[in-house]
Amino acid sequence: MRVGLFVTCLVDLVRPRVGFAALKLLEATGADVVVPHSQTCCGQPAYNSGDRRTALALARKTARDLAGCDAVVVPSGSCAGMLRMHYPRLAEADPEPAHAAALRRLAAHTYELSDFITRIAPLERVPGRYEGTVTYHDSCSGLRELGIKDGPRRLLARLPGVRLVEMREAETCCGFGGTFAVKFGEVSSAMADRKCRHILETGARAVVAGDLGCLLNIEGRLRRCGHNGIRALHFAEVLSGEAD
Amino acid sequence: MELSPARFKTQAAASLADARLQSALEKLQDRFVVGRAQALLELDNADAVRDAAADIRARTLANLDDYLERFEAAARAAGAEVHWAENASDVNRILVEIAARHGVKRVVKSKSMVTEECRVNEALGTAGLEVRETDLGEYILQLADEPPSHIVAPVVHKSRDEIADLFVEHHRTPRRETIPALVAEARERLRPAFLAADMGISGANFLVAETGSALIVTNEGNGRLATTLPRVHVAVTGIEKVVPTLEDVATLLRLLPRYATGQSITNYVSILTGPRRPDDGDGPEHFHVILVDNGRSRMLGTDRHDMLRCIRCGACMNHCPVYQNVGGHAYGWVYPGPMGSVLTPALLGPAEARDLPNASTLCGACAQVCPVKIPLPDLLRNLREEQVEQRLRPAGERLAIRLWGLLARHPFLYGVASGVIARALRLYAGRDGAIRRLPLGRGWTLGRDFPAPSGRTFRELYVRRGRA
Ligand code: SF4
Repeated sequence: MRVGLFVTCLVDLVRPRVGFAALKLLEATGADVVVPHSQTCCGQPAYNSGDRRTALALARKTARDLAGCDAVVVPSGSCAGMLRMHYPRLAEADPEPAHAAALRRLAAHTYELSDFITRIAPLERVPGRYEGTVTYHDSCSGLRELGIKDGPRRLLARLPGVRLVEMREAETCCGFGGTFAVKFGEVSSAMADRKCRHILETGARAVVAGDLGCLLNIEGRLRRCGHNGIRALHFAEVLSGEAD
Repeated sequence: MELSPARFKTQAAASLADARLQSALEKLQDRFVVGRAQALLELDNADAVRDAAADIRARTLANLDDYLERFEAAARAAGAEVHWAENASDVNRILVEIAARHGVKRVVKSKSMVTEECRVNEALGTAGLEVRETDLGEYILQLADEPPSHIVAPVVHKSRDEIADLFVEHHRTPRRETIPALVAEARERLRPAFLAADMGISGANFLVAETGSALIVTNEGNGRLATTLPRVHVAVTGIEKVVPTLEDVATLLRLLPRYATGQSITNYVSILTGPRRPDDGDGPEHFHVILVDNGRSRMLGTDRHDMLRCIRCGACMNHCPVYQNVGGHAYGWVYPGPMGSVLTPALLGPAEARDLPNASTLCGACAQVCPVKIPLPDLLRNLREEQVEQRLRPAGERLAIRLWGLLARHPFLYGVASGVIARALRLYAGRDGAIRRLPLGRGWTLGRDFPAPSGRTFRELYVRRGRA
């Protein structure tokens, strides 16, 4: 199976390690992984900002970039949700049937990373190890658009050395919301603040999630409040052993 | 300062800075979020009931004119007078006419959001009528001269202490501390108002097409008093509230209180059909229904259509993390939370509420809890699209997204630009790896650092790794 890794613009720009961690996990499943070089951004920022034209143009481009893959894997619930749930909607409004069909085809075989390595190509051995307690934050799109809930937790449970403690309101939004975090900085920070309180209550050494956006938001608030001891890690970093 | 949907940001900032409000909001969450979850446990096949409810609302809206005509005919047959109001000024004109016709001086009201929408109290006051709100919450707000901040629990933003102070100020009685004592004090004040009133105004949770009835659910007895004691009763409600049969209402009633307050049923459910008949024990001599459009029919068949399914339970706002932090007044108009972020621009026009559709992370919690399955995030996104089409968003924002889009369509340029940005931010961050002021992202760094990029993009590292 030819598996295309879609790296997401945030991972590409801010924390490439997440991309390499995802790559390592995918390779550990035995898949033939490719990372098409022409890929850029899935168009979600434009889509959620109401710029449908730009979103459609980027969706078409992404579909072209990933056309040769049997499956596409994304280390982000919200970008995977964009490809899987929202590209078909953009397809509805696409005047050109060939493009619309390409969007639908891509949507049908796109998976969020944890979903892929638990359901589609089960990972036999989790390569990493991590000492200490972690708590897991359910990122909104992954949870509510794709139903990602148990997968990452079960994967973490298989990792030697790690102990998972649940926080209060793990499913409540951290306040990221893409451009929301910039447009409504104060409200967004207040939301992040509650999330941080719940994380601190658990006494965990790290908060783990499946979306870099949420992680940057949470980490940013933790640092601003002087909590430097707690790390904010993508589950792929933890599972692959790339966290340190 | 008067609240306005155009000032979401300033109002939200004020709410965040208000410590008393913050602690009140936290309690709201504990009470209603936990309450709803528990109340749903006792409902067998809650999912099926929810599907049925969404279906009833969708079916009714698909033939709204038909059901409204049936309602009108049945209500007339039962002796009610039915009035149609296209907008707020119609509502107020009709109310003043009814009052004049029946020689009304004093009016008691039971909570109704539509009358808030139409500023009925103001209009009736101008016409020389004395109006008294009779729900405990609305009564308190009338004393405080404030609008409601929640559609189900209008006064949820006030602490018991604030209410006690308010009563001392207005009633000039010794300060009472406990909730029962405060409730008793309000009741003492309200009883004479009920007895003296010539007209009662209420809303309606549902209108039953089959029987021509207005159905009202309340937890305080005031709804019943306002609709039965005065000589004249006027139910004022939106045209979208009609439901085909009593059976359908029964289905919706299994959800409404559970989703609203976590109760399996409210204390009072009144089904009001026409005025008092000769052998009735009580009831008004005259019963009027005002069917209010006020922008609703404009939503039919558009991207906002699904919003008309709303049964005003408030679950979406109780579960909305933005509402939980900023409360209802931040939204600036009658309807707060996610439902308000859709309804306000839909009813007032997109230019009146530019921020509201954007003031959401699209986290989806609202749609997850909506009993009639309104896809609120999709509706919010549609409104954003409409704003972009009508150029209602700031030029800088539209340009930034277009530029990003342009760049992202050209992988080579994109690679160069992202490489430059990653390095620049890395340098800018310095040793400790945190950016305290993000150029072009001031909103972010108001309350958060920005974790510095590692300095090389994935694309660069991947290519290099391939070569090595
Ligand atoms: S949108 Fe749904 S959850 Fe919100 S008030 Fe209306 S019915 Fe209730």
